[in-house]
Amino acid sequence: MSLGPHPLVGHWLGAEGDVLVVRTGKVDIGQRISTALMQIAHEELTQPLECIRVAPVATGECPDEGITSGSNSVEQSGRAVRLAAATLRRMATAEAARRLGGEPPDWRLEDGALTGPGSNRPVPLTGLIADMDLGVPVDLDAPLAGPRARPARPPMAGLRDIVTGRYRFVHDLDAPGMLHARVVRPPNARARLAGVDAAVAARLRAEGLRIVRDGSFLAVAGAREWDVVKAAGRLFAGCAWQGGGLPEDDVFARLTPANAERLIVEDGTPRAAPVPPAPDAPAHAARYERPFTMHAALAPSAALATWDGARLDIVTHSQGIYPLRQSIADSLGLDPRAVCLTHAPGSGCYGHNGADDAAFEAALLAMALPGAPVLLKWSREDEHAWEPYGTAMAVELAAATGPAGEITAYSAEAIAGTFRGRPRPGKGRAGPAKLLANRFRADPVGPARPEPNLNRQGGMHRNLDPVYRLPEVRLVKNLVADLPHRTSALRCLGAAANVFALESFMDELAAIAGRDALDYRRAHLGDARALAVLDRLGAALGAAPSGAMAGRGVAYAQYKNAMARVGVGVDLHVTDLSEVRLDRAVIVADAGRVIDLGGLEAQLEGGFLQGASWALCEAVTWDRDGITSRDWDSYPVLRFDNVPEIEVIVLDRPGDASVGAGEAAPGPALGAIANAVCAATGLRLRRLPFTPDAISRAALRA
Amino acid sequence: MGAGDAVTLRLRINGRDHTVASPPDTPLVYVLRDELGLKGTKLGCGLEQCGACAVLADGEAVLSCIAEAGAFAGREIVTVEGLAETATGRRVQAAFVRASAAQCGYCTAGLVVAVTGLLRKTPNPDRDTAKAALTPHICRCGSHPRVLRAVGIASAAR
Repeated sequence: MSLGPHPLVGHWLGAEGDVLVVRTGKVDIGQRISTALMQIAHEELTQPLECIRVAPVATGECPDEGITSGSNSVEQSGRAVRLAAATLRRMATAEAARRLGGEPPDWRLEDGALTGPGSNRPVPLTGLIADMDLGVPVDLDAPLAGPRARPARPPMAGLRDIVTGRYRFVHDLDAPGMLHARVVRPPNARARLAGVDAAVAARLRAEGLRIVRDGSFLAVAGAREWDVVKAAGRLFAGCAWQGGGLPEDDVFARLTPANAERLIVEDGTPRAAPVPPAPDAPAHAARYERPFTMHAALAPSAALATWDGARLDIVTHSQGIYPLRQSIADSLGLDPRAVCLTHAPGSGCYGHNGADDAAFEAALLAMALPGAPVLLKWSREDEHAWEPYGTAMAVELAAATGPAGEITAYSAEAIAGTFRGRPRPGKGRAGPAKLLANRFRADPVGPARPEPNLNRQGGMHRNLDPVYRLPEVRLVKNLVADLPHRTSALRCLGAAANVFALESFMDELAAIAGRDALDYRRAHLGDARALAVLDRLGAALGAAPSGAMAGRGVAYAQYKNAMARVGVGVDLHVTDLSEVRLDRAVIVADAGRVIDLGGLEAQLEGGFLQGASWALCEAVTWDRDGITSRDWDSYPVLRFDNVPEIEVIVLDRPGDASVGAGEAAPGPALGAIANAVCAATGLRLRRLPFTPDAISRAALRA
Repeated sequence: MGAGDAVTLRLRINGRDHTVASPPDTPLVYVLRDELGLKGTKLGCGLEQCGACAVLADGEAVLSCIAEAGAFAGREIVTVEGLAETATGRRVQAAFVRASAAQCGYCTAGLVVAVTGLLRKTPNPDRDTAKAALTPHICRCGSHPRVLRAVGIASAAR
């Protein structure tokens, strides 16, 4: 994905003046990939961090690295930049020797400058490479700078601008003659626009506002943002909608193998093959459930688009500018080369939120209003009601056990809608079919029928494979079509529900066997690094909390069974009002060689807190008229008042490869919280979220 | 509103007087961002539910996404861009940098403002006081532990 199509040093590195420029196709979404890539370039080339810059990520200018997702960026882009930098170091040293004498080994590289034999006049690297041909293949065997004795804590790129209000998000862009825009949306996804009150439209036009309509896609634009916000409300009031309504049946009743396309999963990879029968008379079996969940980004999605009659420029916070370019060009009948996408920061997105849809909607408006830059922002209600959600999911587990309670056979079935909602080219115009506005245009495209993700550790089957050593394993992926809401990639994909299920199940089995939760896991693990994580977690946790309605839970996972290993311990208590209050969390992680310790810790803390929010708060709600979770009151999330003391312990492994950690913590967070709630209350909750209402109902049933 | 009955609104923002052309019923955040180009203040919900739009009014953190600009006449407004004019604001900004208290950064301006407002009133808040004061603010990336650390650093640095 990274070096394959972009094999040259110049694809990744360059110089502008005395600044070393790093090029990447991965975008910074708050996960600090820019900081990590700068640190990698610094480690290989000694260039001071303040003289390294990451180039803007734009189509036609940066490597096409697909989508920034899956905790892959350090492994993909990071590896490419490291090898390119190591190749460049050798090239630059040879160039210095050729020009100024001596042998390459005589030249020392320090602080971004080469010093030759018998000279104390350092030659800046950037000056050298400015005249060098960088169209040279990256050497996959280039010797790398040795790992540091202690992991680095580079300053976070952009932080000073953030705290002083100078950092610019897409939402903050400005251009001469720019129009602000809002979309006027139907009450629900199935309603269509029957008509717009001509008098309302005429009044708005008379006030200088522009109205754009394409079928049921309706939007308003104008020079001043607040006027546009008010106009969108007035226009909505003048709209007549017809049809529609959402199905109100219980989605968990639809999530069964009987309603699904079934695939077996072996070594993390799904395959069409006869599904072996479910185990009969297992020692223990349970089903775990997760509702539709939002990304619920803090900033509503936005994009700036300009059409000059020949070229469409879009500034977007999409995680995948190249696939989005193809999908937008296809939707509009344009040559992709006439469409240029540049990434600009949005707020954290945690997967595929409204970013791509907003980019396309801004493009539709720009095409209708040629010459004017159009800054489209979604409203809070747009974001909550129209982003592609993470699918509802069920996980059915069963185990047979041996004399000491150990697992002798294991069965896991994941049952869910699709996580594959990103617009990217594919059969049946899959790209356009996944852009929201195309469903509403006069000549509609989509929705596409979901196709199962067959990639290793992809989709709902991510971490369906147990990380534990189990003698006999039966794994089934069940893709259910026609669920009520549009869904797409949400941080962790299936790993969130799968780890929640497995780690709850492990505790249940340990309890049945009368064994300690950590010891029971240890007994099923052969991996020394996993055991080291659990040992460190046990030591850091110390004595369990005492007191009525207080409890501790632990959980462990290795993301995709190949990336960061994370153990989580949580102490909490449950109040008289059945509220879960988080008191303390310990996170122990092994992500191999650490590039940016501060960034890694931030991702682990942030992942834990997002998992905690999923565990305690988050669920999409709807009725027949539409989505009812349309703001932060109707879709509550974890806030400061329930943030525990968090201790993060990183086990640095300088001799091992750096692996992704951005999505490694939420799954174990869910498991540890479920187990702690059970320890505190005696109630085993198997459906997220654990709201006061859910706990009260479970208590009544118990 | 016709030209004849135009009301001139004067606002004092970051130590400077501004004559504002926007109608006084415009929510303050749109005046700051759209008319005055002060884009550090963020719009997150427009519902007073997320805290991204916090500014200081007479030293106290308030939300600016619904409150009309006209209601701020005669008050001293400080946005994130003006925080560095005060010792407390500078200390809070430095503490956020030291604690690396941001991920995507969209909630951060509101939080820097809120912490500055908190420390003006309560120079040494305990953890629960800080948590309660910041609960109106949503962060989706999970920077909360670092923000709380920044509160500790800023209050200790006084």
